[in-house]
Amino acid sequence: MSIIAKNIVKQFGDKVILNDVTVEAPSGALVALLGPSGSGKTTLLRIISGLEVPDQGTVQFHADDITRRSARDRNVGFVFQHYALFRHMTVFENIAFGLRVRKISEAKIRERVHELLELVKLPEMADRYPAKLSGGQKQRIALARAIAPKPAVLLLDEPFGALDANVREELRQWLRRCHDEYHMTSIFVTHDQEEAFEVADKIVVMNKGRVEQEGSPAEVFEHPANAFVMKFLGKVNSFQAVLQDGRVLFGNVEMPVGANQVIQTGNGKADVYVRPHELDLGRTAESGNCLRGKVMHINPAGSIVKVRVLVEDFGLVVNVDISPERHRQLALASGESIFVSPKNAKIFEPDYAI
Amino acid sequence: MPQVNQRVLPGFRLSLGFTMLYLTVLVAVPLAACFITTARLTPAQFGAAVWTPRAVAAYSLTASAAFLAACISAILGSLIAWALVRYDFPLKRYFDAMVDLPFALPTAVAGLVFSTLYVPSGLFGRFLTPLGIELAYSRGGIILVMVFIGFPFVVRTLQPILESLDRESEEASLMLGASRWQTFRHVIFPSILPGIVTGFALAFARALGEYGSIVFISSNIPGQSEIAAVLVVNKLEEFQYAEATAVATVLLTASFAMLAIINRLERWSRRWDS
Repeated sequence: MSIIAKNIVKQFGDKVILNDVTVEAPSGALVALLGPSGSGKTTLLRIISGLEVPDQGTVQFHADDITRRSARDRNVGFVFQHYALFRHMTVFENIAFGLRVRKISEAKIRERVHELLELVKLPEMADRYPAKLSGGQKQRIALARAIAPKPAVLLLDEPFGALDANVREELRQWLRRCHDEYHMTSIFVTHDQEEAFEVADKIVVMNKGRVEQEGSPAEVFEHPANAFVMKFLGKVNSFQAVLQDGRVLFGNVEMPVGANQVIQTGNGKADVYVRPHELDLGRTAESGNCLRGKVMHINPAGSIVKVRVLVEDFGLVVNVDISPERHRQLALASGESIFVSPKNAKIFEPDYAI
Repeated sequence: MPQVNQRVLPGFRLSLGFTMLYLTVLVAVPLAACFITTARLTPAQFGAAVWTPRAVAAYSLTASAAFLAACISAILGSLIAWALVRYDFPLKRYFDAMVDLPFALPTAVAGLVFSTLYVPSGLFGRFLTPLGIELAYSRGGIILVMVFIGFPFVVRTLQPILESLDRESEEASLMLGASRWQTFRHVIFPSILPGIVTGFALAFARALGEYGSIVFISSNIPGQSEIAAVLVVNKLEEFQYAEATAVATVLLTASFAMLAIINRLERWSRRWDS
């Protein structure tokens, strides 16, 4: 079932939380609402669930306008950041709750709950109370409870935000499997771009009550619509460059901004963004188009080597990611002189420049 | 090896010592005195003192009135606590403060005020008496004042519990398709039940021991509207000290037993809390 939230406006007092937001989740997709805190992503999710009512705009499930329908009748599974399990009920009763209120037969309830307990790999926990479970276990039970009544739509509000990094990793995979297996349309809210890229089919980047960009993970990452998206989706180096007759210069280094990007004619200033992996290091100034710097710090832990370089002429610290092979070739050490050359750079229309 | 004191606050011995002294001087000694005085009676004398028709009538009146009053307090107090926590209304702070009034008001004053209001010529009694509702000088009046002194205990125990109630679990219940009644019945009520039980126990214990207001609102007729505490005082006034303490001992033992049972009940009602 597809979900469309159209032209949603929501104010709390005189604070505008959502300013004409339109988001669509195609049937069967797993969509991430990604944004910093205060971007309105949780409010949008709560409006889709029916827990909040929009001031303007409509919510549609498939072709039905459900804007005025009670949350109770939307048949939506909802997972809260802090689990919201019923403390006084056993794990079994928690999962059974949505079935009990639907007056399903006891035998069917038992069958369904045990099936879900198997799915979340906690069959031995049926008679425990939530207070005895770890955070990861609680969230798995909360997920099982949410999908027990077989909802067509699953909404998750920062579902892994309160969990440890390794548990989070495991639950992400698990959410993806669960989503695929039960043929739901799912929307989840997160402020963690890695999480969004890890599981989502579609990413909606939000900021200050607006949608900045939406698209597939690859689209959004490779073609950020503006400086905000560029900065929010990962580490980035920004350079205050000068525009000179269609060329983008930082000092006397020309930034390779690519042909398809908008460059103001005439002269002026602009911010240019370069991802750490789009910079290269060299021992010599062979290409000529490079900045002189000094190695400040090397972090070799991980599949890439992260190098921090101080560009002395501009007092600017840049982050450079290089492959371990390249690192070995260069045999870098802290304090050494080095040359930094940009391989690719992005520039945005000044309206968006921050 | 010198011992390292790892407690955050010093003064464990001082505070424990004070606690022991306090409990001894103010609680244990008077209670023990009660039992010792009673022990002077032979078993036959004791039986004769505590099991007279008058005494039995007093026990059953006290227990049943206190129980009924505690039930009413539990319901009324829960409603008031709910309204005070969940809703905003004008003068809410003043209503909240008024809940404490029965704690501070001398209960004799309460008894006098209530009896003045509910006598057949009183402000309320004028309308209620023709309807057959007689609250002054009756058992109904006893329950009325017991509720008055008991419900604040329920309100004050329940308020923090209601405030800390997880709103998200109510939303979760709604999202799972539960009606408002189902949400209340299966999600909210079980979470606040331990608080209601505690409040009930406090109100019940308070009502069992109440004297000051009841002596004014009840007609105190032996065997009819005389509660146990009044019986004890009446025995004292008749200089039957040993009998008075014997009755007091029975009351004490019953109170302890009751509190123990309620304690169990309360622990059972929060068995899910780790």
